[in-house]
Amino acid sequence: MQPKTKIFSAVLSACCLFPYQLASAAEDYREGINMPVGVTEISRSTYDLHMLITIICALIGVVVYGVLIWSLVKYRKSKGAKAADFHESTTIEIVWTLIPILILVAMAIPSTGVLRQIYDASESEMDILITGYQWRWQYSYLDDEGEEVSFFSNLATTDDQINGLDEKSENYLLEVDQPLVIPVDTKVRFLLTAADVIHSWWVPDFAVKKDAIPGFINESWVIVEETGTYRGQCTELCGQDHGFMPVVVEVVEQEEFDRWYAERQEEAAAIAELVNQEWTMESLVAQGETVYRTFCMACHQQNGQGLPPAFPALTGSPLTNGPIEDHIDVVLNGAPGTAMAAFGGQLNEVDLAAVITYERNALGNSVGDMVTPAEIFQIQSESE
Amino acid sequence: MSNVGILDGHDTHHDDHDHHHGPAKGITRWLYTTNHKDIGSLYLWFSLAMFLLGGSFALIIRLELFQPGLQFVQPDFFNQMTTMHGLVMVFGAVMPAFVGLANWMIPMMIGAPDMALPRMNNWSFWILPFAFAMLASTLLMEAGAPNFGWTFYAPLSTTYAPETVTFFIFAIHIMGASSIMGSINIIATIQNLRAPGMTYMKMPLFVWTWLITAYLLIAVMPVLAGVVTMMLFDIHFGTSFFNAAGGGDPVLFQHVFWFFGHPEVYIMILPAFGIISEIIPTFSRKRLFGYDSMVYATSSIAFLSFIVWAHHMFTTGMPLAGELFFMYATMMIAVPTGVKVFNWISTMFKGSITFETPMLFAIAFVVLFTMGGFTGLMLAIAPADFQYHDTYFVVAHFHYVLVPGAVFSIMAGAYYWLPKWTGNMFDENLGKLHFWLSFVGINILFFPQHFLGLAGMPRRIPDYALQFADYNMISSIGAFLFGFSQLLFVFIVIKCIRGGKQASSEVWESSHGLEWTVPSPAPYHTFTTPPELPKRVHS
Repeated sequence: MQPKTKIFSAVLSACCLFPYQLASAAEDYREGINMPVGVTEISRSTYDLHMLITIICALIGVVVYGVLIWSLVKYRKSKGAKAADFHESTTIEIVWTLIPILILVAMAIPSTGVLRQIYDASESEMDILITGYQWRWQYSYLDDEGEEVSFFSNLATTDDQINGLDEKSENYLLEVDQPLVIPVDTKVRFLLTAADVIHSWWVPDFAVKKDAIPGFINESWVIVEETGTYRGQCTELCGQDHGFMPVVVEVVEQEEFDRWYAERQEEAAAIAELVNQEWTMESLVAQGETVYRTFCMACHQQNGQGLPPAFPALTGSPLTNGPIEDHIDVVLNGAPGTAMAAFGGQLNEVDLAAVITYERNALGNSVGDMVTPAEIFQIQSESE
Repeated sequence: MSNVGILDGHDTHHDDHDHHHGPAKGITRWLYTTNHKDIGSLYLWFSLAMFLLGGSFALIIRLELFQPGLQFVQPDFFNQMTTMHGLVMVFGAVMPAFVGLANWMIPMMIGAPDMALPRMNNWSFWILPFAFAMLASTLLMEAGAPNFGWTFYAPLSTTYAPETVTFFIFAIHIMGASSIMGSINIIATIQNLRAPGMTYMKMPLFVWTWLITAYLLIAVMPVLAGVVTMMLFDIHFGTSFFNAAGGGDPVLFQHVFWFFGHPEVYIMILPAFGIISEIIPTFSRKRLFGYDSMVYATSSIAFLSFIVWAHHMFTTGMPLAGELFFMYATMMIAVPTGVKVFNWISTMFKGSITFETPMLFAIAFVVLFTMGGFTGLMLAIAPADFQYHDTYFVVAHFHYVLVPGAVFSIMAGAYYWLPKWTGNMFDENLGKLHFWLSFVGINILFFPQHFLGLAGMPRRIPDYALQFADYNMISSIGAFLFGFSQLLFVFIVIKCIRGGKQASSEVWESSHGLEWTVPSPAPYHTFTTPPELPKRVHS
């Protein structure tokens, strides 16, 4: 057994080194045409498996296509070829059944090893809950006794860039307002779920792609070895803006992470305070405009005209101009059977109050009433 | 033998109704026809129309993806296009084309007077146009066409679907009924109406692959009907099969769908294997290498197709044991598929090859289907699949097996049998031009998509990051080249029907099998009495 294993691993490592040499020769092009090597042990093993199977296929291809081309050139009737009479051989059929089976077994062994490693999410040092929404990601840090840190990560590319009215930025469609931040060299476990439809969270450099499914909590993990910014996208069709919900992860040193995390905790505390602060309609409307642009505009459009019939207009609608209780109910709890999501769990009390007040007193509406963050807090705690 | 008795029965039946005249005149010929050749033609014309419709949807997709940014269509309409393209091509173009070829050729290949169940044959075709009219009409409705992908994953296709999803469900039900009736008919024909002496192991491979395909269809179309019915109940009757909020399970949808969906993939390729196995021996002037192993390989692929479905779901978070099982089972498919490719090449080896249009398409099939097979093997490796899954790498993979695979085989079959159907030779120069434009176009179209996927471009997105711009532009250019080349095919077919050099009974120098013993064009009724088998029946 021993020598065989040695030979096998020698062949395997030769096969694995070869792609590295090829790859470094074509360093400039690699990014555009091949799988990234990535920045984790798993991503490197995955890349090696990918190159190994690519090269095996290429070698089989050389043989198969070689014989085919040889036959097409050599045995053409126009060159006077006369057809031979053979048409079966049990021996050769057995040979070309067995050889592929051996190649497959050789492929299955390293694949199984990598897969087992990927599935071992134990002993993580930090847990992050990732929730997919139409069409944004929510990141919640679960491993802290203090104020919970939780925020949404939205596409930062402007509509003008998408519609060709403005020059496209370097990270067009791969930039967000608030990236996920994790420390380097730390085993971070991701727990994935979704609030509406199925999404899939993918960062190619981590070789992590996992579906976020409503009603399920999936698990994945990463130990990133280099600091930097890593970009990916949602990879499961999730509706209209599936192409517009990127993933951006900032990987930073532990001290920087701790500083950032403390700031986020302070911010969360400040928002809790804001709920009880005195709010005027003007300040709510001003705040509400920002919220509207981030969360509502994709469907209800910039001026509230909507995209009927799927996305109704807000301007002059019975809901935004009718009793405020109904309006609050739809924003908090969504409208079942339609695309309108429940924003009660997505936005904080300040943003909820602000956007409702904004929708009633802007976008061509002027109802003149308002709801304060404290009232929203009241309504939400009563319904719980 | 029992099949002789059945043939006798048919003959008496024929005498009663005096069927020996030619076809009826006018539109009623086509509406009321029970003739396998007429119904075959109806299927083929319908399929061609759907191929052009589905292709135009694809061109809208490639037009929008020509450059980054949104230029021509909005994201929701883009999603409608990807959905309708997939549905129309799978259920409207590829499947009916194979059923059309089966209708035309199977009775003639096994020496039967017609299909076993001619009236049901009429019905199984004529419900199809209604299904597709209903599906396509959603494009004109206010809520828009289905926009949740041809795989229609719940809950995007249930709770979050446009209202038109109900039309989609009903259309799928009708298509399923049509397929089930078609396959019952094919099985009944093949098992009962073979000419005396044509044992199973003497049947042409096209007949064999269709027999196996028909069993696959009967096994999985009811599963598809089941899953859309569960959707219907979720949407209209308050059940929660797939709604997590009601205790349902969105992943259950995927298991049921792919239990249909994976055998469906082989439904679209096994008849192609049959066609290629007819054409290559003819133009190599040599018997098919390894007939028996071809039959066993096809059966093995059909069996394996039932136990690999969850390789479409590697990222859904299955337990490790599940991932390993589906990875190993999927890798196994490479073995019988490899056997088929090796057999085709061995048939050409030491042959006497000529390169008429059907042979060109058949050779391109072997080369490019093998490409798709390689990427299929790569996708089977679960850890690597985490990177490939739902990217353009997958798009490139399944288009390589479906376009230069299934579609090229249909083209090859059409050119191969067109002289038999029409009595005229098609324009060989134009046929070759059509081949080369298609061959070059398809590779410009799909090869760069491998790079896009590996570099990280997800599928089903209407706009993309700037690093994907170059290959998307190249791919779109290929798409337009390939797409417009198909108009040439329509021209060639019409030209061939209208006239051309008279074709002989054999048509091709080394053709083999019963269909080449009848005159060209094939008379309206063939083999009303069972034929004597020629010495060499199959390849």
